[in-house]
Amino acid sequence: MQIAAVLVAAEGDEVLPSWLQYPVLPHLGELIFGFLVFAILYVVVARKVVPRLEQIFNERTAAIQGGIEKAEKAQEEAAKALEEYQAQLTEARAEASRIREEARAEGATIIAEMRDRAQSEANRIAAAAQQQIQAERQQAVVQLRGEVGRLATDLASRIVGESLEDHVRASGVVDRFLAEIEGAEPAGRVS
Amino acid sequence: MSSLLAAGEGTGFEAPDPIETFWQPLWGGNSQFALTRPMVMAVFSVVLLSVWLLLSTRKMALVPGKAQFVTESVYGMVRNGLGRDILGSKDFLRFVPLLFTMFMLILTNNLFGIIPPIQYPTMSRFGFPLALALIVFVVYHVVGIRSMGLGGYFRHMVPAGLPWLIVPLIFFLELLTYFVTRPVTLALRLFGNMFAGHILLVLCVVGGEHLLFGDTGIAVKGTGVLVFLGGFVMTLFEGFVQFLQAYVFTLLTALYIAGSLATDEH
Repeated sequence: MQIAAVLVAAEGDEVLPSWLQYPVLPHLGELIFGFLVFAILYVVVARKVVPRLEQIFNERTAAIQGGIEKAEKAQEEAAKALEEYQAQLTEARAEASRIREEARAEGATIIAEMRDRAQSEANRIAAAAQQQIQAERQQAVVQLRGEVGRLATDLASRIVGESLEDHVRASGVVDRFLAEIEGAEPAGRVS
Repeated sequence: MSSLLAAGEGTGFEAPDPIETFWQPLWGGNSQFALTRPMVMAVFSVVLLSVWLLLSTRKMALVPGKAQFVTESVYGMVRNGLGRDILGSKDFLRFVPLLFTMFMLILTNNLFGIIPPIQYPTMSRFGFPLALALIVFVVYHVVGIRSMGLGGYFRHMVPAGLPWLIVPLIFFLELLTYFVTRPVTLALRLFGNMFAGHILLVLCVVGGEHLLFGDTGIAVKGTGVLVFLGGFVMTLFEGFVQFLQAYVFTLLTALYIAGSLATDEH
């Protein structure tokens, strides 16, 4: 370049300024324009272009995420419905088994009650029969006592005569006699 | 300025001159404040990008149309691939406009290099990549000082647990990295790739034209076809490089900012 500059000078041309001689030195006007064009484009990009692009990026992300969320929600709902259904099924099964159990218990209660009632009826009948037998026996004893007394008195009066006609005395003798017999032996043996 | 061309004299071929090829003033002559063609192109790229980005995002739909899809794809690549993955999901969103602007601006201006009728990469003029690199330079320093404090920012340059003897050396090297190497390489990488790529394409076209249509023999005309073919292949390759450089510049921007955000690393 030095040689070229010398050549130029020798030929009478103006000497080239160094920024023109050496391409690695900046031309001031171009340097300023470099800053300027960058600044202008930066303002356009930062104010308008990037916000628009970011907005659509966000919207797209939101749309995709929204879709995913929707699907997730649907799945969740389905799972919940299934769970609910299963819970209901379990509940129904438990209810059925409970009802069966109840019926069984009720049946057992009814049977026991019936048995009780039959038992008490039987008891009642047996007791009544016993009572009747007792009463009849009592009546028979009383009747027998009277009869035996009268027969014995009759017999004794026939044997001993009319002296024993006094009823009061005779009855006293008979009673005493009978008491002696009952005292010697159990009453059951009398009849 | 054709007098600058020293090489090729006598053969009738004038190789493309690195100054004349790139210095294209439209108004103002050889002055620091002359209006140049790449300036107009840079402004055009901003108009083009603004119109495209605003129109393609005007009616945003959940299911995107073609224009929205293209914009969203590029945006998604920068936002997630360069922003979120490098800066972390907590902080990245406030840097996405910077990264997206950087990527779109560089990509468009690079692609101007192979798109007719422009065919001139704006970033082959050092002023433009330098401006962008300086923006990145300021941003990562400001971010670093804001997140760690001035002292903390300089402390974090030296990794913890170093033997005290080499701490000054490492600190000096890191200082050089943060204040010189990073901005310079960031600007030069982009500039150099575009500059070299463009001059290669120009050489292919000018050289091929000379070989094919110049005062040459029939055998040499055949090589002219080959050079044109090479130029075609190089154009495709340049397209790839132009995309790659836009990506690398944005990637490094994200990495530098990430380094300033990290308080625990290093």
